[in-house]
Amino acid sequence: MSDIRAIIAKRVAKEFKDGDIVNLGIGLPILVANYIPEGIDISFQCENGYIRMGPEPKPGEEIKDLVNAGAVPATILDGAAFFDSAMSFAIIRGGHIDATVLGALQVDQYGNLANWMIPGKLVPGMGGAMDLVCGAKKVVIAMEHTAKGKPKILKQCTLPLTAANEVDVIVTEMGVMNVTDKGLVLTEINPEYTVEQVIAATEADLIISENLRNMQ
Amino acid sequence: MKKIISLEDAVSKIKDGMSVMCGGFLGTGAPEAIIDEIIRQDIKDLTLIINDTSFINIGGGKLINHKLVKKVITSHIGTNPQSGLQMNAEELEVVLVPQGTLAEQIRAAGAGLGGVLTPVGLGTLVENGKQKIFLNDKEYLIELPIKADVAIIKGYKIDHMGNILYNNSARNMNPLMATAADLVIAEADHIVEVGSIDPNHIVTPGLFVDYIVNGGQINE
Repeated sequence: MSDIRAIIAKRVAKEFKDGDIVNLGIGLPILVANYIPEGIDISFQCENGYIRMGPEPKPGEEIKDLVNAGAVPATILDGAAFFDSAMSFAIIRGGHIDATVLGALQVDQYGNLANWMIPGKLVPGMGGAMDLVCGAKKVVIAMEHTAKGKPKILKQCTLPLTAANEVDVIVTEMGVMNVTDKGLVLTEINPEYTVEQVIAATEADLIISENLRNMQ
Repeated sequence: MKKIISLEDAVSKIKDGMSVMCGGFLGTGAPEAIIDEIIRQDIKDLTLIINDTSFINIGGGKLINHKLVKKVITSHIGTNPQSGLQMNAEELEVVLVPQGTLAEQIRAAGAGLGGVLTPVGLGTLVENGKQKIFLNDKEYLIELPIKADVAIIKGYKIDHMGNILYNNSARNMNPLMATAADLVIAEADHIVEVGSIDPNHIVTPGLFVDYIVNGGQINE
């Protein structure tokens, strides 16, 4: 099977329109930048204080004081602008981001997201995730469908929430699910899996779209 | 001019038990020379207000690693294993705040505001113990201003009056923290003559800065 992370990142990259302002979380979401379709111009915003992030520099060509939100060396494209954290989060919280892509520990059929702590085990903190999920026009969750076979898409999150009812789309290696008033709708499926396999790997109830398409 | 003093003298104004705001995002834009001097002078029991606790050997993370911090108010501790270890051992009190909320709390303190209203954190643990308010049919958390005794910040070019130009993504919380502390110590990559920075490019006006120290172009 092809690389799971690449499958997810490639599909998420089709969620954007030309001209969109997009913030990518660290980890899997940042890979999405590598798969933006030809002819689509996306301005990536980094919460550490700039817009129009470019590709990673080649080794030896790093620029002083220029990193992405995961402290990895970055570059900027023409039209970039730097700003402080208050401006950065005015952009994020104020509804000026078209889409954000984040990972998740758990997500549920109500669009609740948990991705910042596991009580008693792991407490990394929320960083900018709560602001992003609350403020972005569209919240895309990019993650592996299960945690080593254990469902991550649940009827109800059990971990502390990052935000309530804010997730719009979930993209995994198995398919694409939209969060709707009626519940989670499977709209696309990776042809390497059957619908039954997706249902078995998902604790939440899945509504299978009448127009279920192959995920590309 | 009198604002420029030695690293040793500047840091000696920070006392045990003070609250200290420290610039930097995962260490980028952190005043490394000031942090190293705090460690050398062994100034402890600090309350640290910082975007994130960085890494054990970079930025404000070094203060955690040297156990000089008793409480940290921050948005993220996941990149510094010492933060979690000391928190679990109850040696370090950790208050986690959404990053945009932290920025606004600092900005509010510097701007003379009584707090900020934000929807971020509603329906999560962040709302515990906080007042909520309904305005125009929307619910908000009331987040209070955060001030500090001292802010330690980092600029790229700082002139003798304390006017600061920042570099790339090293700006982050630095300009906000410059407004929200009783004492502001700014570390410069380059100390330059007054008038040599285009006033259109100055982000932090010198009036906020009490002392300037030479960072000796660390990390260049």
